[in-house]
Amino acid sequence: MLSNFDFEVISRSWVYLFQTGMVFTLKLTALSMLGGILLGTLLAMMRLSSIKAVSLFASGYVNLIRSVPLVLVIFWFYFLVPYIAAWVIGADEPVKVGAFSSALITFIMFEAAYYCEIMRSGIQSIPRGQVWAGQALGMNYFQTMSNIVLPQAFRNMIPVLLTQTIVLFQDVSLVYVLSIPDFVGAASKIAQRDGRLIEMYVFVAVVYFIMCFALSVLVKHLQKRVAIIR
Amino acid sequence: MIELKNVSKWYGQFQVLTDCSTQVAKGDVVVICGPSGSGKSTLIKTVNGLEPFQKGEITVDGVAVGDPKTNLSKLRARIGMVFQNFELFPHLSIRENLTIGQTKVLGRSQDEANAKGLKYLERVGLLAQQDKFPGQLSGGQQQRVAIARALSMDPIAMLFDEPTSALDPEMINEVLDVMVGLAQEGMTMMVVTHEMGFAKRVANRIVFMDQGKIIEDCSKEDFFGTTRSDRARDFLAKIIH
Repeated sequence: MLSNFDFEVISRSWVYLFQTGMVFTLKLTALSMLGGILLGTLLAMMRLSSIKAVSLFASGYVNLIRSVPLVLVIFWFYFLVPYIAAWVIGADEPVKVGAFSSALITFIMFEAAYYCEIMRSGIQSIPRGQVWAGQALGMNYFQTMSNIVLPQAFRNMIPVLLTQTIVLFQDVSLVYVLSIPDFVGAASKIAQRDGRLIEMYVFVAVVYFIMCFALSVLVKHLQKRVAIIR
Repeated sequence: MIELKNVSKWYGQFQVLTDCSTQVAKGDVVVICGPSGSGKSTLIKTVNGLEPFQKGEITVDGVAVGDPKTNLSKLRARIGMVFQNFELFPHLSIRENLTIGQTKVLGRSQDEANAKGLKYLERVGLLAQQDKFPGQLSGGQQQRVAIARALSMDPIAMLFDEPTSALDPEMINEVLDVMVGLAQEGMTMMVVTHEMGFAKRVANRIVFMDQGKIIEDCSKEDFFGTTRSDRARDFLAKIIH
């Protein structure tokens, strides 16, 4: 059976797969992770706010996004983002948003809901006494948050944030439904053009495994370095 | 300096403080004692507004704590507080713990803040630990750093919420010695504690609380001599070994 396999197809399309596909996937993952964590942290703070309107908005947003499959959100945003952008900047016609930008906005807004819950649990795990100590020194809400609570919450949640990022890295492959060439999309194109489905998909799986595993090891080291001595 | 008038506080339906009134003049050392759940920690936290209260008035150096127009952060920067669980910031070094309040709240320069912080760190005998992290210090050392951190803000008064209750017995004295030193220098102090030895040494007045009410509020001599209420007498009998 294995004698029929043509692994040449991989070496022939190496450049396209990695320079186009993987670069796209990595760019989208990295930017979505950064944007998602930032927006997610903001949402977490809003959810924990004592102002009812603010906390209701944040929890409504999170619950809505978490109830909908990602593939659906990708479709919605692809069609809706041009109209929303036009409304935001006050243009007459739907703004032409490129595939990458649309995907980026989608993933940031989607992942933010998940990162929000992670950061919220991180923030709530910081003992009240820490907040009191900050306040007793005269710090206001923002100073207490940025100097005392968030630095500790973030470091405590690094393993969970990483898990979510690995999920994000794999979820990015769903842009396949918009025919955007991420790594899986690129591999799939080659597979269909050359008729080598098994080789390509096995290769994709191996690459994903290696990268996710490497990421886990990397973050384990990172965690050791930023761990708070307790 | 600090005045509480008819302070009452509820957690929902449950009343934790009932009509508490007392005063702390400049240079006074007032010890607040009482059984568990008597509301002493809650009372001291209302003084700098960490806990809100629903009825009554609290004034610190002329500033009304309960007034919504008061800038609480500004007031809190002038009052030092030391907590039962030390509450040092574990992600910052000892030096950073001492300077963060000074730079972020008081706007001092990093050099000024370092100088002052290290001066008080030396005062509590821990200058060598400046680059360590709180997790590397013992409880007694952490609490002394916490006192230095509060003092670095040049407060007009210091509040202590059971500062030695979470310490192993052999470390209690090192912290009490620092507090005695402070009292002898004339710092205005309100101390919630069970350490009656400390009270006997430096307190001017003792406030005894039970079930959210102030039962006794008298001079040290009166309290240890002829206490008026049975409850206070029982309490003293139980805790003086």
